Amino acid sequence: MPRYGMVIDTRKCVGCQDCVIACKTENNIPEGYNRDWIITESNGKFPDIQMEIRTERCNHCSETPCVSCCPTGASHIHDVGGVVLVTHEKCIGCKACVEACPYDARFIHPDGYADKCTFCIHRVEKGQKPACVEVCPTYCMHFGDLDDPNSEVSKLLQSRKWHVNLPDAGTQPNIFYLV
Amino acid sequence: MNELLELTTTRNNLHIDPTMAMWEWQIPVYLFLGGMVAGMMIISGYFLFSGRHKESNCACFSIPFISVVLLSWGMFALFLDLAHKLYVWRLYTTFQIKSPMSWGAWILILVYPALIANILMRPTPWMLKIYPKLSDWAGKINQHPFLIKNIGIANMILGMMLGAYTGVLLSSMGSRPLWNTSLLWVLFLVSGLSAAAAFVHLFAKNKAESELLAKADNGFLVIELFVIVMIFLGFLSSAKPHMEAAQLLLNGAYAPVFWVFVIGLGIVIPLIIQLLAVNHKIRHTAIAPIMVIVGGLILRFVIVSAGQYSHWFNAHFH
Repeated sequence: MPRYGMVIDTRKCVGCQDCVIACKTENNIPEGYNRDWIITESNGKFPDIQMEIRTERCNHCSETPCVSCCPTGASHIHDVGGVVLVTHEKCIGCKACVEACPYDARFIHPDGYADKCTFCIHRVEKGQKPACVEVCPTYCMHFGDLDDPNSEVSKLLQSRKWHVNLPDAGTQPNIFYLV
Repeated sequence: MNELLELTTTRNNLHIDPTMAMWEWQIPVYLFLGGMVAGMMIISGYFLFSGRHKESNCACFSIPFISVVLLSWGMFALFLDLAHKLYVWRLYTTFQIKSPMSWGAWILILVYPALIANILMRPTPWMLKIYPKLSDWAGKINQHPFLIKNIGIANMILGMMLGAYTGVLLSSMGSRPLWNTSLLWVLFLVSGLSAAAAFVHLFAKNKAESELLAKADNGFLVIELFVIVMIFLGFLSSAKPHMEAAQLLLNGAYAPVFWVFVIGLGIVIPLIIQLLAVNHKIRHTAIAPIMVIVGGLILRFVIVSAGQYSHWFNAHFH
């Protein structure tokens, strides 16, 4: 069974927010909310400053506090690719999953249910890429099966240095940032 | 000049950015009322178990009805917090073994029958007016001392579970360092017991009981202080996010309200007043119990709010 993940090249990302807009239009995200966003991290002491720009979203973790805390089973791991999803008709809007995510990747949709990135599973199941990956003008985002050693994402992880977000939080995120 | 380490985000989700404030007043109110009712169940259960119900003015006869009312208010607050209210019934079409909230939902279903069984032992006159048959049931229950003892035990066990779960609900979240201590359930249970002892003390008609409750409350307050010290010792010897979480209360943004209202006015001063009262230096008044109750409520507000504020730092360069 595949395990979907993303590999994002921070050396190519310029923080243009195309991925953010693509997600909002593809998934009809209401004004004022985001399923993905840009983080700019600056570090150092002038003139030795380093900067990393990251496009972030739900990490579709392998250890999922958001799924285990859900009292109704609305928050679940999808049959295909280990993608973390929310069944709207099962969600009571208790916000436990929003609190449980160390990345603060979830929010409460104005219609009342918990919402987040789906890896555009409706597109992926049709053989397409997630909207954010499809639209990236610098080709910094790669989507694929992390369990397949011959996939583009696996090869990138073998050949380049990378990090994940909050490795100490113990969630085993499936989005990797090339450095 | 120190090294700069700065994160800038384009995300601005409601109640999440710049700092998490998803759970508002409803959750601390529910956690407080749930904790206090848990304490009241343990107290009334103990009174039944130890045979105090043979005293005609035992507080154990008035506690359960007040508990049902307070718990229902708490659950109503919880309901108000839900963003998808029409789907609330989904809680009861499943049991999610890893979800403390699912455990809580089912524990609450068990708590009500235990409280009602306790009420049925001695229905109040107005209940008998509405439904006279209750006196038959009360008669039947009172013929069986063994049954009364078991109602007491059920109230104590379910009270413990209810009080503990209000802490586990938060402490199971590794994402919020301030909540992520396995002692949180002990703190909430003891704080619930102390608020319950103070509350029952306010309306207890039996002198001996009232005195016993004031003494018990002093014990609970001392244990609560001890547990708070232990929680901080744990955090301050843990990883950086946990140290920073402890500092929020010790000397950070939440320190004034924590030290003044939770520790000072909520624990230490009422403890001194009640120690003087049980040693007959001063008379019992409502002041100390009210301070304890309000302190317990503010403790829940501080923990819920500061806990949401506490976070992991999503930086790569450090």
